[in-house]
Order: sequence, then structure tokens, then C-alpha cells
Amino acid sequence: MIRLRGVTRCFQLGEQRVMGLDAVDLDVAAGEYLAVTGPSGSGKSTLLNILGLLDAPDSGEYWLRGEATAALDEVRRAELRSRWIGFVFQSYHLIPRLTARENIELPMLLAGIEPAERQRRSAPLIERLGLGDRLAHRPGELSGGQRQRVAIARAMCMQPALLLADEPTGNLDSQSGGEVVALLEELNREGLTLLVVTHDAQLSDRAGRQLLMRDGKVVEDRRREPA
Amino acid sequence: MRAADALGLWLGALRGHRSRSLMLLLAVGIGVVAVNLLTGLGEGARTYILGEFAVLGRNTLIVLPGRKETSGGMPPITGLAPRDLSLQDAQAIARLPSVLRVAPLQAGQVEVSVGNRNREAFTLGTSHEFFAIRQLQVSQGQALPALHFDEARAVCVIGAKLRRELFGNAPALGQWLRAGDRRFRVVGILAERGESLGMDFGEMLIIPVASAQTLFDREGLFRVFAELRGPHLLASGKAQIRATIRERHEGEDDITLIGQDAMLAAFADILRALTLALAGIAAISLLVAGILIMNVTWISVSQRTAEIGLLKAIGATSAQVRLLFLGEATLLALAGAVAGLLLGEALLWAGRRLWDFPLYAPWWAGASALGLALLTALLFAWLPASRAAAMQPVDALRPQAAR
Repeated sequence: MIRLRGVTRCFQLGEQRVMGLDAVDLDVAAGEYLAVTGPSGSGKSTLLNILGLLDAPDSGEYWLRGEATAALDEVRRAELRSRWIGFVFQSYHLIPRLTARENIELPMLLAGIEPAERQRRSAPLIERLGLGDRLAHRPGELSGGQRQRVAIARAMCMQPALLLADEPTGNLDSQSGGEVVALLEELNREGLTLLVVTHDAQLSDRAGRQLLMRDGKVVEDRRREPA
Repeated sequence: MRAADALGLWLGALRGHRSRSLMLLLAVGIGVVAVNLLTGLGEGARTYILGEFAVLGRNTLIVLPGRKETSGGMPPITGLAPRDLSLQDAQAIARLPSVLRVAPLQAGQVEVSVGNRNREAFTLGTSHEFFAIRQLQVSQGQALPALHFDEARAVCVIGAKLRRELFGNAPALGQWLRAGDRRFRVVGILAERGESLGMDFGEMLIIPVASAQTLFDREGLFRVFAELRGPHLLASGKAQIRATIRERHEGEDDITLIGQDAMLAAFADILRALTLALAGIAAISLLVAGILIMNVTWISVSQRTAEIGLLKAIGATSAQVRLLFLGEATLLALAGAVAGLLLGEALLWAGRRLWDFPLYAPWWAGASALGLALLTALLFAWLPASRAAAMQPVDALRPQAAR
């Protein structure tokens, strides 16, 4: 699914050069459940952005589903994001003026899918996430847990192979956080490759594979024996 | 992305920023209104003035005593002519085969009085034919009787305003008035009509030309109106008139002939230039609207960085992002332009009702205002929209505090 070789990404912060990622090698198989932890500035988010094709490495190579991504043009990268990658963010990133349904269907809309087909695809997700009676509401009228579920529905409606979650429970209370994690893990059990970036040790302990990052390097790569 | 969905997103974004959208709508609207209104005014002035000349009729020639070497424009109203135009000259012109009718003209200021009311009035000595040539209508009574040019008679037709001033509310038809040292009976009252070719018929006293000659004690004519039998006779008619007068004036070519064409040509050019200049000035306001669109789109792009980042994360291409912002600006410009066109037409309509002035914006003004509004919107939104399109999703998605 994912193969990184010598991926390096530097940032210029004023006078200082900061190593976001420092020659990272990583292989992730389809269906894996990864948690990435580490202190602030250790490169977790940079790794996530590069895996999600939101950012490109300065050097090194990244293969997604066997396709080398370094030389891809912007249109093809957008297409890959649209087709194979779903994102879930800490602050949800819903569009406030759109209803829950419109937010969920936005990726399909951008991909040019007919309204009838959009409804057909989103209906089971909506039911599963218990959003049936909130569809006409705008994000401002939803609770945090509901917003994150809308965001998950949006990420899943294109049936991606890889779900990248950046602190998905960071803005949620423990109960809605637990529900969101349960949901993500359920999707993972159905074959979705799940990568969660988190500060939360409890959350990371649940993952089948844990990466610890420091100063742009993966310093620890642990696999937990399935319980 | 399907067109209907793109439209939905544009409309949603515009509704989502209502006050901003209304402001832009207003700016574009005002620009388009300005273009329409000012070109309407210019065109109105043009049609008005051309209409004034058209009253003269395309077949009518004005014969003035005196030779004036001009390529166009108006010869001086007064001027020392080497030889007067006489009534016999007018009669000779009237006998020409290409001439339909002729009206000699004698003019002057005369003191007119009825009882103890008196005032100065511009007095025209002319003939029955003058009413047909200048398309004058009488509201009461009749026009001057058809007389020989040299036959004097104590009758007159007066303008509506002069009638009010002299007779008040009393009936005027059949009454006598005094003009200079003579008396005339009122046989007709002119229908109301504004000024025409600089003559205010409302305040005019019209009497037979022979009567005017004795009243003013002057033989020479002020001018002669000659209506030809058709526009195709214009050139030959001119030549015939000139030849006739030369023959009668012992070989002197001492008249000036003015046709509608010469006057129109001079005025039409000037007036069209005026209209274009007004349109140009108005177009500047559209340009200002365009710059406003750029600024607002720029602000909008900054405010919606997170949205742009998200759109890219969920698979929008740069082209799609650019399309979203360009579409919003274009839609606004279109709505503003249409609103402006409607408002402009409404104002022109109101102006026509109020002032009885032919205020019509030409079709090209509306079309070019619309086109210009769309073009400026696209042009000025392009830069900020491209910035949005070029934005790295990772930069756009970073939380506000970190930016």
C-alpha cells in the first residue's frame, strides 16, 4: 500500500532550517492500523501530509499502491487523493454554509458523480453513522461528535483505501471520542488502511502498529500482537 | 464536476457571504447603470437634435439670400446680401417642375396688442404652404388662406402662448389684434409644440407675406423654403433653383442653399462622439467595480484558506478551485449587470415620462456594459482565484494559529 524510501522534507522557519522528515523509510501493508505518536514538531503531521499527497517530499520516493508519486502532476495527485485517500482532521474542516448532507457528498460532487448516485452511495454510510436526522443541519448546529462523524462520512464516501486521521479525537469529550475511535476501528476491520496521528497514549495503544517519531525520524516501530 | 453542481456551489458561497455579495452587486450595478444612463442621455440628445432637423423634411431646401462659401454648418442668420430675394424669385422657384411647394419668409419683431395688453412678438410673413412644409397644425380655426404671394390680407395665425398672453381666457378666434400700425383678425391658433429649429412657434404671429412686407416696409425676403417632389430630386432641384435665380439676378450666383443633409452630417458626427465620450466615462465606473471585485475576491480567498485546503484534500484540482472563485465573481457581475440594466432602463423610462425627451440607451450600450462587467469580473478575479488554486493544501489546512 505505502512504501517510503529516504523521504526528507525541510521547512524554512525564519533563519532556521527545520527537518520535518529526515530520510524516513516506511512500509505499510493494506489493512494495517497504525498510530503515529511523538512530541510536537517531531514530524508526525508532515508524514501524514506527505502520505496524503497534500505535500511533496524534497527528496526520497513515495509509492502509493505501487505508483511512484514524485513525478506526478497536480491533476493526477488530486485524482489519487479523490479516489484512494480519505482525511479526518482534528478541527473537522466542514464547510459551515453547507448542510451535513452537502458536506458528506462534496468529494463525490467534485468528482462529477450524478446526484442520484451520490445519494445511493452516501445512504448506507449515513445510516451507519447515525446521522439520518441531522442531514439538513449545518455544522454549526451539530455537536462535536456529530461533526466528526460527518467528516468521517465525507472521507469514506469515495470508498478510499487509506484513511489518514490527524488527532481525530483531539476536540472531543471522552465519550464521543470513544465512539469515533470505535467507528474508525470498525472500518479498519473491514479492510481500510488506517493511520492515526495522536498525542493520546490510550488511543495509540489500541493500534496494531505504533510508530514513535522524534526530530523527523521514526525512532520506534512496534507491533502489538493481536489480542 | 457537473455544471449544475458548480452553479450550486457558487450560489451557496454567494448566499453564505450575503453582505459582501450585495456590495459587489451594487458596485457592478452602479457601473452598468452609469453606462446605460449616460449613453442614453447622449443618444437622447442626438435623436432629439436630429429629430429637430428632421422636422424640416428630407425634401426641403432653404434658400437664403447671399452667397456663403461653406462646406457645412449654418450660414449666418443675418448678412448683407448683394441682392434681395424677391417674391418674384419665390414664384419662379415655385414654377420649377421638381418643386412641390414654396413658402417665402419675411420675419421681424413687432409690438402686438389687444385692448391694453401688449407685447413684442416674433412675426413671420409667409404663405399657406409654410404650414405644410413645417408640419404646423392649428388647434382652432385654420391655417393662413391660400393666397397669391403678393396678395395682402388682414388675417393672422397666432401661437398658443401668445394667444394666452393677449386674450387670457377670452375666445380669440375671429377677434382683432393690432400689430405695429395694422390690424389683423385671428383666423387660427397653432397647436402646442415646443421649439423647433430655434423657432418658438408658441409665441409667434404668422401673417401673409405681402402683409408683412408692408408691415415691415421691406421688400427682400428673409428666406424661401422650397419642398421638392422627392428626395431623388435633391441634386437636380438644387441646380434648377440656382440656375433660375442666377438667370433672374443677371448672372449673379448670390444665394445659399441648405438641405437637411448638410446640417445633419455636421451634427450627427459631433453628437455620436459625445455619446461615445459619455459611455467611456461611464465605463470607468465599471473598471472601479472590477477593482472592487478583485479586492473582495482577494479577501475571500484569504478568509477561505481552510476551505480551499479542504477542497484540495478531498480531491479538487487547482482548476476546480480556480473555477469556484471565478464562477462566484462572474455570477456576481452577471447579476449586478442585469440588475443595473433593468434599473438603467427604468430610470430612462422615468426620464422619458418626466421630460418628454427621447432617452433611449442604444442596444450596444447595454451589450457592451454587460460584456465589460463580465470581462472585468473575470480579469480581476483571475489573480486572486489563481492564488487560491496555487495554494498548497498543506499550507491551507494548517490551523489558524500556526499560519
